[in-house]
Amino acid sequence: MINKVVKNVHEALEGVKSGMTFMLGGFGLCGIPENAITELVDLGIDNLTCISNNAGVDDFGLGLLLQKHQIKKMISSYVGENDEFERQMLSGELEVELIPQGTLAERCRATGAGIPAFYTPAGFGTEVAEGKETREFNGKMYVLEHAFNPEFAFVKAWKGDTAGNLIFKGTARNFNPMMAMAGKITVVEVEELVEAGELDPNQIHIPGIFVQRIFQGKDYEKRIEQRTVTPKS
Amino acid sequence: MSLDKKQIAQRIAQELKHNWYVNLGIGIPTLVANYIPKGIDVEFQSENGLLGMGPFPIEGTEDADLINAGKQTVTILQGGSLFDSALSFAMIRGQHVQLTVLGAMEVSQNGDIANWKIPGKMVKGMGGAMDLVASADNIIVAMMHTNRKGASKILESCSLPLTGVGCVKKIVTNLAVLEVKNNAFYLLERAPGVSVDEIKAATAGKLIIEGDVPEMKF
Repeated sequence: MINKVVKNVHEALEGVKSGMTFMLGGFGLCGIPENAITELVDLGIDNLTCISNNAGVDDFGLGLLLQKHQIKKMISSYVGENDEFERQMLSGELEVELIPQGTLAERCRATGAGIPAFYTPAGFGTEVAEGKETREFNGKMYVLEHAFNPEFAFVKAWKGDTAGNLIFKGTARNFNPMMAMAGKITVVEVEELVEAGELDPNQIHIPGIFVQRIFQGKDYEKRIEQRTVTPKS
Repeated sequence: MSLDKKQIAQRIAQELKHNWYVNLGIGIPTLVANYIPKGIDVEFQSENGLLGMGPFPIEGTEDADLINAGKQTVTILQGGSLFDSALSFAMIRGQHVQLTVLGAMEVSQNGDIANWKIPGKMVKGMGGAMDLVASADNIIVAMMHTNRKGASKILESCSLPLTGVGCVKKIVTNLAVLEVKNNAFYLLERAPGVSVDEIKAATAGKLIIEGDVPEMKF
């Protein structure tokens, strides 16, 4: 069995450089690669293009990279939870490409699946479609959207094995599987790293073929953005 | 009396049909889940990767790995399922979701909707709204009829950047239920105690009134 395990986050991020394009999994703060983000902050590289559905909050997730002005451009669908982001965007310090969430997901999937571009109805007739090819199919208008070309994808899974097979938990799955497929180098951090053979092959969400490096993550905070509860009666 | 947000949600819940899959947006639409009519089974889809979304968890059982598209902690009902974002939007674009309910800043009489950006002021992003409105057969907008300054949000044409074109079919506001067709707003129902003249005054777009307009029933 091919072994994808690296010792720690330092080894996992070997080769990252300023100016690169990264994908980072997660929806809000759910399922984000916390260890990789911390390491990117520590490495201090900048001029980064980050593809991620959201931009974290002011003091957690990608917000940590924004604070240090390490990000040049964000490609996201929703950035409403981060004041510093909004400030940098409105002042022009940060370049931002906002794209529909389904288009973002499909562009990630297409990247890993060898599909250079595809047509989607999302955004037709809006500023998202400006400058893009459009075409009619069966009486409805569609917009041509392209795959990405990221150097690294940073992914968080619940369980993984030494061969790189991955299982996600709950809604922490979100963008992680497609981004795992899309990275030239896909770096996965897991809450629980087990030996190949310990995971039931029927239950694996992403096969190890898409993964270049996997490591046992640590110190997960898993911060909750909106703690909504039903009171105990 | 104009409706409050809960009553808008309650009126929209009357539109739910048995065995529908439904996507509820953030804000008033989320409240629709509290008013599902008796005898109607629906399943809620949350575009971050959850079908069969349940109520907020009992205090102390919340799970950081189980949230809805508004980043709120939620639960999953028996028979629910989890999936990735690409599959989630395949459900949406592939029209497997029967109803989308979402909020809006502006709606125009040809069914255009604007709800994601105020240039120079507020830029939060469209999230999944553009995919939802471009794909759903059945879109209901939940909104206040006018903005905080009293200006109509029901317009001849939208002034804000669009989220989708020609897609809104029905609007439920604090004053009225409107159907959007033939490049006009058709007044279907009035909020209890609200007059046709009040609705006319609050509507900037072309409003069609046919016969006696009934009051909403709850």
